[in-house]
Amino acid sequence: MSFVRGSRLTPDRAVGSVLLVVALFAPLIFNTYWISTLLTQMLILGVVAASLIFLSAYGGMVSLAQVAIYGVAGFALGNLTTNGNTKGLNLGWAEVPGIVVAILIAVLVAMLFGALASRSFGIYFLMITLVFSVIANLFFGQVTSVSGFGGISGIPIPDFLSRTAHPERLYFVTLAVALAMYAMMRYVARTPFGLTLQGIRDDPVRMSSLGYNVTLHRTLAFGFGGFVAAVGGILFVWWNAQIAPSTIGLSATIDVLVIAVIGGLYRLEGAWIGALVFVVINNYAQDVSFIGDRFHTLIGLIFLVIVLVSPDGLIGLWERATSARKRARPGDITEERGSAELTPAG
Amino acid sequence: MEALVLRSRRVTAFATFATSRNARLVGRGLLAVLVGFPILWVLFFASGTSFGPAVSDPKNFLITLLNGLTAAALYFVVASGFTLIFGLMRVVNMAHGAFFLLGGYIALRLQRNMVGGGSDFGISSAQVSFMQWLIPVLAGAAVVAGAGLLMQQLFLRWNQGQDLRQALITIAVSIILADQMLAHYGGVAQDISWPGTFDKFVDLHVAGVRYTLTRLVILLIGIVIGVALWYWLKRTRTGMVIRAGVDDRDMVSAMGINIQLTFAIAFLVGSALAGMGGAIGGSFASLAPGVDANWLLNSLVVVIIGGMGSLGGAAIGALLLGLTTNFAAAYLPADYTFYSIIFTFVLLAIVLAVRPLGLYGRPA
Repeated sequence: MSFVRGSRLTPDRAVGSVLLVVALFAPLIFNTYWISTLLTQMLILGVVAASLIFLSAYGGMVSLAQVAIYGVAGFALGNLTTNGNTKGLNLGWAEVPGIVVAILIAVLVAMLFGALASRSFGIYFLMITLVFSVIANLFFGQVTSVSGFGGISGIPIPDFLSRTAHPERLYFVTLAVALAMYAMMRYVARTPFGLTLQGIRDDPVRMSSLGYNVTLHRTLAFGFGGFVAAVGGILFVWWNAQIAPSTIGLSATIDVLVIAVIGGLYRLEGAWIGALVFVVINNYAQDVSFIGDRFHTLIGLIFLVIVLVSPDGLIGLWERATSARKRARPGDITEERGSAELTPAG
Repeated sequence: MEALVLRSRRVTAFATFATSRNARLVGRGLLAVLVGFPILWVLFFASGTSFGPAVSDPKNFLITLLNGLTAAALYFVVASGFTLIFGLMRVVNMAHGAFFLLGGYIALRLQRNMVGGGSDFGISSAQVSFMQWLIPVLAGAAVVAGAGLLMQQLFLRWNQGQDLRQALITIAVSIILADQMLAHYGGVAQDISWPGTFDKFVDLHVAGVRYTLTRLVILLIGIVIGVALWYWLKRTRTGMVIRAGVDDRDMVSAMGINIQLTFAIAFLVGSALAGMGGAIGGSFASLAPGVDANWLLNSLVVVIIGGMGSLGGAAIGALLLGLTTNFAAAYLPADYTFYSIIFTFVLLAIVLAVRPLGLYGRPA
């Protein structure tokens, strides 16, 4: 890992600093539509995709349940803080306890999912978490006492963050939270826990024989990834003021995977790059006459080309273009690991 | 390094309980309750449900049982294709749900053309002869088989052994397919019509149950396909090569057998099963955007429960899923029937907690 602190100016750092400055001064550069819609959405989707990339890069777990956990946090917040007038439990709590408890619920659900999936590796893990995601979607669609098909609307958000009145405030709060999440994930990756997790990613059998509890570490890592995704869910509700089962459907789950893969599944920064590409294409493709409503065909084609040509995503292209240094890439998707061989005859 | 070991060991201490003998016993007891209670509930209690306990209302119990079995038959047809492809090639075909829907739409269009005069409201079963149902179903299977083979040859063949990358490729294909189907077939739910010969009720002469013949036909198709697949894999030369290829691909190749041809055949058959399942599923329920996601879920749940790559596991998984969903929907107290989705999760959770590789799964 390139976590060595130094004052050397690498291309990565140069570009990173420039992007950070642009992000800080975005309200001066871009118009209100870009700030309130595109860039805020990009930051939120980036947080969720980053939680996926964290699990993939440092834990070797490509989880498709991140959108479900983000949804659990959003729905929990909706149920806790609304006060009549909408579907759900309408518990009418204040915002702060609502947020804390919503994140707590989402993390607990993530730990449950993680405990069930953490004994599976590689492609099995992906399949199991995909099933969790679809089940969560169906749950909120069917269980009318907590949501139902139409979802929860009119979720109260802090006054000073209103998207319509103060788009730049919501943008800055989202930016700050996104940066905090990014810093936190990089910090956790360097703690003893994070290093153990990377050891488990590379060789679970060896780590197990060294005395580490592989399942527990993977479960806790999944819980941490769930925490980041849950924070993304809260931001989403602030941004959107409502949440519906369709927000966390299979299509949304795949969208976040697409964002992570377009960015690059092995570096956290890729999440926001992928999200920017996704959001911009999503917004402008509709104006192009021959694409129109067929945005998903376009995204599917881009995804296909990226997976076929550069499995490391845009970050991988960038690194190949700039760097002379060769690095071992955590979570490299061309790597095969940890899947079991089974027969078709029962 | 020292600190790393120490702190992580402390984390480990939390888990010592989980491996102790007491925890095992608690686990067994919990398992017995989780499995036993629903059975006792359905048989003897079932208070507040629309049917009441099975002992006092055997008729509706039998109907629910048959619903579960027939749903399981369709789950099996679709999931067996998924598990066949995985077993041989280790490809998780995430486009399986999209293939299901594609097969359904192709059968639907062909049937409308054959019968003629298909309005937006569909056609009634009286207008449809047996061949006007069978030919669309087979055509749906054939076209999807071709699409699956094309995908395998174009994209998957040169990425062999990279299972995550292959899964991502099939996801990309499924995104494109789903969006194109939405564009061509619209967002309105449509269904394929059963032929008049099937669309009636038959008296089973047990507890006065009259049951729809269409569902019994699905059950029969599921059994026939299951037996045919078993015979193919266990008793024919191609099946032998496939089973050998599952165990040691390189050795089979070194023996002078064309393993690529075998891969192609398996992908062809696996996709054909998805397409056929879609055509039957389109007659049984309806076709609409989103149905692909549900059937991808069904296939995934079936093979995760049964064990990836195991045909017998797919049969058991399909049975468990079919029975669980149907009994949960029928025997939950009336106010809580929409919680039935939780039972799919609980079923999955129980199986994964006891056997992470699925009931019939075995490690490499």
